[in-house]
Amino acid sequence: MSSSPAPAQHGLVAHSHGFGVPPQIRLDRKRSKHVADFEAVNPREEQWRYLTADALKGLDADQLTDFFENVSIEADSRVNASFVDADSTPRGSVALPEDRVAAAAYSSVSKVLLIELPANTKIESPIVVRVVGADLAPSALQIFVVANDFSEADLVIEHSGKAALAEVVEFDVRDGARLNFVSVQNFEKGSALVASHFSKLSNNSFMRHTVASFGGDLIRITPITTFAGKGSEVEMNGVYFADAGQHIEHRPFVDHASANCKSRVTYKGALQGNKAHTVWIGDVLIREAAEGTDTYELNRNLLLSDGARADSVPNLEIETGQIEGAGHASASGRFDDEHLFYLQARGITEDDARRLVVLGFLTEIVQRIGLAELQEKLIGIIEAEVNERKN
Amino acid sequence: MSILEIKNLHVSVDTDQGTKEILRGVDLKISSGETHAVMGPNGSGKSTLAYSIAGHPKYNVTDGEILLDGQDVLTMSVDERARAGLFLAMQYPVEIPGVSVSNFLRTAKTAISGEAPALRTWIKEVRESMDALRMDAAFSERNVNEGFSGGEKKRHEILQLELLKPKFAVLDETDSGLDVDALKIVSEGVNRAKENSNLGILLITHYTRILKYIQPDFVHVFVAGKIAEQGGRELADRLEAEGYDRYTKASS
Repeated sequence: MSSSPAPAQHGLVAHSHGFGVPPQIRLDRKRSKHVADFEAVNPREEQWRYLTADALKGLDADQLTDFFENVSIEADSRVNASFVDADSTPRGSVALPEDRVAAAAYSSVSKVLLIELPANTKIESPIVVRVVGADLAPSALQIFVVANDFSEADLVIEHSGKAALAEVVEFDVRDGARLNFVSVQNFEKGSALVASHFSKLSNNSFMRHTVASFGGDLIRITPITTFAGKGSEVEMNGVYFADAGQHIEHRPFVDHASANCKSRVTYKGALQGNKAHTVWIGDVLIREAAEGTDTYELNRNLLLSDGARADSVPNLEIETGQIEGAGHASASGRFDDEHLFYLQARGITEDDARRLVVLGFLTEIVQRIGLAELQEKLIGIIEAEVNERKN
Repeated sequence: MSILEIKNLHVSVDTDQGTKEILRGVDLKISSGETHAVMGPNGSGKSTLAYSIAGHPKYNVTDGEILLDGQDVLTMSVDERARAGLFLAMQYPVEIPGVSVSNFLRTAKTAISGEAPALRTWIKEVRESMDALRMDAAFSERNVNEGFSGGEKKRHEILQLELLKPKFAVLDETDSGLDVDALKIVSEGVNRAKENSNLGILLITHYTRILKYIQPDFVHVFVAGKIAEQGGRELADRLEAEGYDRYTKASS
């Protein structure tokens, strides 16, 4: 556990944490759709410092296999949702890839799943995209979501099966639109997912972006939100549970490029088992134009056994002082024999004690999703994870 | 009417320097409604006695018995002991990340009584007990012991005592770290619990000041891992005047 055990909290001060690798201005990062523009994956690069190339299961190759045949879509008839020729889509218009794996995905796919939400319409039933992997061939999937003016919808991507998948998703959230997006990662053992999610929020729009990461040897998601218009709000939430040998990494970034926007980033995770490893790098950039910004990011980790490791690094860069508020907090705590003794001394069995602690800790995030059926399913997954017990 | 009986209890702990014997043959018998004060100097083994009764895995019972109404407590797990009616108010309650006080209390009550309490009466009962202990309503949404002051932690222990209604409560230095006002509030809570459920109490303390508020029926002086002298309330008064010197000199 490298983060401090006590909650740390600061605000309104430009600073960055981290060690070993020098801090880097987030905007200096290269953006390109060409694999050749990126160096080979290596731990000297900040982006890959917690991973070895081996962990990527071939996703750092130049060319990946098209994955679209393994995807099914369930959507209201008013929603256009289908795979179309990659170059006929506006892909890249929200953002270009920021790393080698995303660039490989971008240049490998022949088709892109284009989802268009109709303007001025509220879609009641959630749109569900099921991504079901069949084998470990390094593959690529690209999705482009257009939430037209004043559209409103829930969109869920569910990942399951066995896969080594590079995924790029763009969200063009236009004026007044409200998008509730959830990405569930529950792959089988041996799987790997490296995903980049780029969201662009226009004026007075809202997006809730939730990741729920449970199954898979490697899960690495970089969700990036850019405020391109004024008066918008993003909620970026994450919930995760890492077992023995799993590596789960989330790198949320909020780019406050525009005035009077609000962001809340909240990630909570539990770790159980030897070499369970989670990484959270939370970046927030408040640019000079972003007056009236209100931002807060938080990461909490709960270590349920020895041999687990949680890295947690919040970064805040501030280029204007004319803001409402900016802060972050990060804390990682242990669940140990003394906790267990305390709860058992009140009559609670060991299994119930563990369940109580983990569910209490993680369901807070799940409940924010607002989709009852999905929430139940996620709580079921968390309960199964707890019951699996440490080895 | 219940009886908690401790017979010839020997307890050791494993340290870096090897096994260390802490309790060296403790005999004690407590009946429902009785209050026994166990007093003694630091390091005499008072807390070890408390934790051994509750079943903390750090303490190894090498000889002797603990019986609750004739039932062997030592073969029970920690949670089984609690469900059998034993309660330990801890000196240093630990923080439990992610678990709110209200969720914790409801789960503990359900575990102890074998079924979930009826929601409306339960909420009322919690509310009343918290009021009596001068605990703010916002308290129940905080995580167990997280960021609690010393006084808040002790009140929270006594809140559990009142709500879980055990047969016997071991209070391990519940008076330590409390100012006079808090000491009074906490003592009143203990007295209420005793009145309401005929609780038997093992009150472990270094100082006599809590005995002004909680009247002991019996006082046991604990020195070097066993009971050195027993008596009534007057023994506590004598300790107040003379301290533990008499005993520690005799034992060394």
